[in-house]
Amino acid sequence: MDDLYREVIIEHYKNPSYRGKLDPHDISFADNNPLCGDHIQIDLRVSTDGIVTDARFDGHGCAISQASADLLVESIIGKPLEEVKKLNKQSILDLLGIELGPVRLKCALLSLKVLKAGVYGLGEAGDDLVE
Amino acid sequence: MTLNLTEIRKDFPILERELRAGVRLTYLDSTATSQKPLSVIQAMDDFYRKSNANIHRGVHTLAEESTAMYEGARERIATFINAASARQVIYTRNTTESINLVAYSWARANLKQGDLVILTEMEHHSNLVPWHMLQAERGIELDFIPVTEDGLLDLDVYKTLLSRSPKLVSFSHMSNVLGTINPAAEMVRLAHEAGAIALVDGAQSVPHLKVDMQALDADFYAFSAHKMCGPTGIGVLYGKAALLESMPPFLGGGDMIKEVKLRSFRANSLPHKFEAGTPAIAEAIGFGAAVDYLTHLGMDNVAAHEHEITEYALDRLEEIPGVKVFGPSADKKGGVASFTLEGIHPHDVAQILDRDGIAVRAGHHCAQPLHEKFGIPATSRASFYLYNTKEEVDLLVNGIYKVKKMFG
Ligand SMILES: Cc1ncc(COP(=O)(O)O)c(C=O)c1O
Repeated sequence: MDDLYREVIIEHYKNPSYRGKLDPHDISFADNNPLCGDHIQIDLRVSTDGIVTDARFDGHGCAISQASADLLVESIIGKPLEEVKKLNKQSILDLLGIELGPVRLKCALLSLKVLKAGVYGLGEAGDDLVE
Repeated sequence: MTLNLTEIRKDFPILERELRAGVRLTYLDSTATSQKPLSVIQAMDDFYRKSNANIHRGVHTLAEESTAMYEGARERIATFINAASARQVIYTRNTTESINLVAYSWARANLKQGDLVILTEMEHHSNLVPWHMLQAERGIELDFIPVTEDGLLDLDVYKTLLSRSPKLVSFSHMSNVLGTINPAAEMVRLAHEAGAIALVDGAQSVPHLKVDMQALDADFYAFSAHKMCGPTGIGVLYGKAALLESMPPFLGGGDMIKEVKLRSFRANSLPHKFEAGTPAIAEAIGFGAAVDYLTHLGMDNVAAHEHEITEYALDRLEEIPGVKVFGPSADKKGGVASFTLEGIHPHDVAQILDRDGIAVRAGHHCAQPLHEKFGIPATSRASFYLYNTKEEVDLLVNGIYKVKKMFG
């Protein structure tokens, strides 16, 4: 259980490297976790050949949701959108390096849902995006 | 009389639970649902072992027995809230269903476009959404009694709202987030003077305070068994007899009828008119046992114990740097302490406390608009019931210090 609050998670929560907004941006999407009010927005810049050249997240929420957003954004810069589309639940768990129960999993996956809804140009960030 | 906590805690087997090796449960989430004493668990178990049968339609021994038990529980619940008659106690699934029953049956028969319904900013979603739905369907108007900075209803604004001739005023007797105990009797009286019907959400008050339907004079009153030592799946809508009689039925089916023809029906008398289909029989019997348990302890004693714990908890919590507790002072509230801890999200607080077996709730507690009012997405909430002790408050406080250290 102590693992849940590994130092790296608390560090990314307290001192995130990629918090902020991008203006201008090519893709921007935001959504909430209705259970706890966590909120995440992700902005992307994408080159003409479909590579993520820059990314930021903004919002508020628990350590798990904010740290996973920071780690996720860090991991996609320089990657092609096609690869971003393939990210799933396991990719986030690998980034965090922890096991999560069903409730906290929702916190961890919020940023990925937001990212994928933005990349696919969807109106809503559904759970099916992260399976 | 003060409660004998050593004896009381023995009545609740779950309080002995070890969650993990060496980690005992400290249950501080009774506002969400209370734990159940053995007498309630046994009453339901006994019913299934010895008396189970469907009610109201059989003549065999078990059918008579189960009907008597089901109706006997209703009688005791009626006495517990000092209703004039058990006919006015309608079994529902929970508070939410009770409020929806009023919204579907009474309100759809009585409210039209432009009619005003007054609610408050501290309502649980269950006393907001049914009215949002009716607003979308009927075009009724909604307005809200504001909550002041210290967590009380602004009664001056209430009086101004009343001058607009509302048809209905609906508010919670006690807030599940702030713990505020609202002056329900006065608010009902003012509503009546303005010609409005008053519906009171008693989900948090009936478990913790002595409530008296005849003194309170509310037209409708809603509460749930599971928050007052009883099982889930059963609650009550209390209503004034004349109103209930004038209302159309809610759900249609068996038990709620006197007579059915191929093309018509005649509704049953109260309370059965509103109880369609086979109800939660074992749960009603469990509810009766819960009311017996609370009656035996004495609601005044329960309230006094909770007050003592709450006062202690607020003092100790406010001592912790970075903790902010929401709601009024202990003399104006029930056993609820919703708080934020600077720089640390309530989810993280709750999760870290859980490692020490301390169960608190994190989130908006089904009162999102109230949290928005205070400009916070969520709080952690510790709540206290008749089985909680000062030692448990100390465990909570130590736990919060640990959380702070971790995020240091
Ligand atoms: C004030 C208040 N009203 C209504 C409810 C809804 O109760 P139930 O979920 O049993 O319908 C609750 C439960 O949390 C509550 O605290």
